[in-house]
Amino acid sequence: MPDPRLYQIAMLASLLVYGMGWLAFDITLPRAILLLATALGTQAFCDRAIADCGLRIADLRHCLLGVFRRVPQPSPIRNPQSAIRNQSAIRIPQSAMGNWRSALISGLSLCLLLRTTRTELAIAAAVVAIGAKFVFRLRGKHLFNPTNGGIVAMLLLTDQVWVSPGQWGSAAFLAFLMACLGGVVVNRASRSDVTYAFIVFYCALLFGRSAYLGEPMAIPIHRLGSGALLLFTFFMISDPKTTPDSRSGRILFAALVAAGGWYVQFRLFRTNGLLWSLAACSLAVPLIDLLLPGARYTWTFNKEQRDETVRIHRRAGGDRRGVGATTAGLLRLLRLKGGCEAVQQGLAGRAGS
Amino acid sequence: MLVRDGDRTVMTMASDFQGDPKEFAVVIPVPTFLKREQIHVGDKALVDHIDAYSAPRLVEYYDSNPCIRMMTLESLQMRAGVAGAAAMKDQDARARSLGVKIDAQYTVGEYDILLLSAEQSAGLETWLRENGYRIPAGASAVLASYLKQNMRFFVARVNLAEQAKLGFSYLRPLQIAYESPKFMLPIRLGTVNANGKQEVFVYALTRKGRVETTNYRTVKLPSDIDLPVYLKDASEFGKFYKSMFVRQVSEQPGAVFLEYAWDMKWCDPCAADPLTSDELRELGVFWAEGRGAQPPDVFVTRLHVRYDKASFPEDLVFQETADRNNFQGRYVLRHEWKGAESCAAATEYRRGLRQRHEQEAGQLASLTGWSLPEIRQRMGLGAEAAPLRQPAWWERLWKN
Repeated sequence: MPDPRLYQIAMLASLLVYGMGWLAFDITLPRAILLLATALGTQAFCDRAIADCGLRIADLRHCLLGVFRRVPQPSPIRNPQSAIRNQSAIRIPQSAMGNWRSALISGLSLCLLLRTTRTELAIAAAVVAIGAKFVFRLRGKHLFNPTNGGIVAMLLLTDQVWVSPGQWGSAAFLAFLMACLGGVVVNRASRSDVTYAFIVFYCALLFGRSAYLGEPMAIPIHRLGSGALLLFTFFMISDPKTTPDSRSGRILFAALVAAGGWYVQFRLFRTNGLLWSLAACSLAVPLIDLLLPGARYTWTFNKEQRDETVRIHRRAGGDRRGVGATTAGLLRLLRLKGGCEAVQQGLAGRAGS
Repeated sequence: MLVRDGDRTVMTMASDFQGDPKEFAVVIPVPTFLKREQIHVGDKALVDHIDAYSAPRLVEYYDSNPCIRMMTLESLQMRAGVAGAAAMKDQDARARSLGVKIDAQYTVGEYDILLLSAEQSAGLETWLRENGYRIPAGASAVLASYLKQNMRFFVARVNLAEQAKLGFSYLRPLQIAYESPKFMLPIRLGTVNANGKQEVFVYALTRKGRVETTNYRTVKLPSDIDLPVYLKDASEFGKFYKSMFVRQVSEQPGAVFLEYAWDMKWCDPCAADPLTSDELRELGVFWAEGRGAQPPDVFVTRLHVRYDKASFPEDLVFQETADRNNFQGRYVLRHEWKGAESCAAATEYRRGLRQRHEQEAGQLASLTGWSLPEIRQRMGLGAEAAPLRQPAWWERLWKN
């Protein structure tokens, strides 16, 4: 099966073209290119920094500058023991463009959602979105969906950025198209449960509120017909890298996000309720994983490669116990394959991961 | 008109009501209780001023003699309009038995004002009807949904005795100041009776930048378009603008149209002078300093909405953005140069004119949906487009 992220990239790119060409999205082509380039550049830089600075991603903060100063760091390959120290050290990209797919998804999502007239803030948002994947980590997972994290951070730090949720309009065909296309993507990413659970909870809240207030059902239907909501549902909350590992955990997560978003929008009367809610609920994911553990998601999409990965897992597990051994085995595999796309679990994500 | 910064809002309601003042009433939901001091009767001239300042403009340019460089001249025209009203008669005091609570009762200027809350919307509807307010059938459900959201009803009608004392022959705008996170405009009561589309202009005065709707698309009206010069006549321009707007609405139902977005400190050129600091303060710009002070930071957004129940099921919800890019509805008339001089440039100019007129006719037809042959007739182009004659190669050779 091809990497689901390629479908996402195609989907988001088509939406961006549609938005810019037909819906007059408030983003220029140079700005879109700048955002994409910044996202890709930040990803490449961070990948490189990890490769140069050692395996501990936690050390990245201390060594980012060291990359530029060419401070010699222990090679991850020559020093496998350091890998054992931390599970988060699984990923050693060989290529600066190793995670380009995830970064491109983040960049495209930012183009679709983030609005600002200030170029430097657009750049900062892309840097924060990607950089946060490397900085805010717990138990080997990044905490925030990169696009969500980037936008919320910029909304918190400055009053010069905004999101225009109304600009999608509610053209039914667009909603339909996005739902279908998004559904395809989610199914391929095998995390459709969180999306469907979210839809159920959010619909229940919207219809429930309107029924309580005695409003015509045209009102919740109009609210659900928003392209921004579908983008959130199918491309952002479904990020398999930032959702809980177990199915029950993911359903709980979807309920929390829906309730939080509803509260912000209809009780606090603020905009971007779902974005705020997703960022806040992401902080609870490690706790949900602790209470409801499950298998970690990996972007494994090639059966042959996956089988080989599993074999190496087993072999390495037989030689040396623990995560570090697995890591070393994977490293060998990656070096042999000459690529690092196969097992991106350390750093990759989607919708913008 | 909505003046807003943070959670503080000053709403000014102006109406183009033309009938008997005793037939006039305003019934709108408000998010908070209002004290007497939070209600004010404003100056209609200020509303007219901001309307003129932000109105879509007709700009005229006169083609220069192509043989000599000349100056251009501009003139401005504008249109006005604020809309939306209901009707009513008198009040009674059967309120309590119907479960209606009169929270406050004030006379401000020529208006009698009531702030109502109710336990039951049916009681409120009955009470309003018994008191002469022409509440459309089916309003009860809408009233109920606002009541359940803890909103109150601001009900105003004209006190004829006070009006006679004050000597105003027109209805002055009502202003209310309140603090609430809700940045919205309730429009649902206006769509209950479904008697065609309602029209409303929203002027938002904010500190940071442009205002847009978060639950409907905000679309810029087509602007900077060259049109035939026969639209110079004010009534023709008015007809053009109305037809264009109606066509835009039918092409994009459910869209809110942006007509103007500009920093109030300047305009270039101005359809009307920017408002002074004092005028802005009077309109509710509470962050403006006192008399004679520097003009405050005010960004004006003018939105035009034509709504009905089908395309606008829910109230308008706004947000302030940081976008300070200027936008205005601007339509250009280019008067041709009619001189007799001849030079190579003049020959070229005359050749280009025909094509330009065809373009102007085509743009007008596509923007308004008007018949192209009729437009062409009025422009003196003939009903049918004659194929453009391409100059022969030798005609360009010696530039004669």
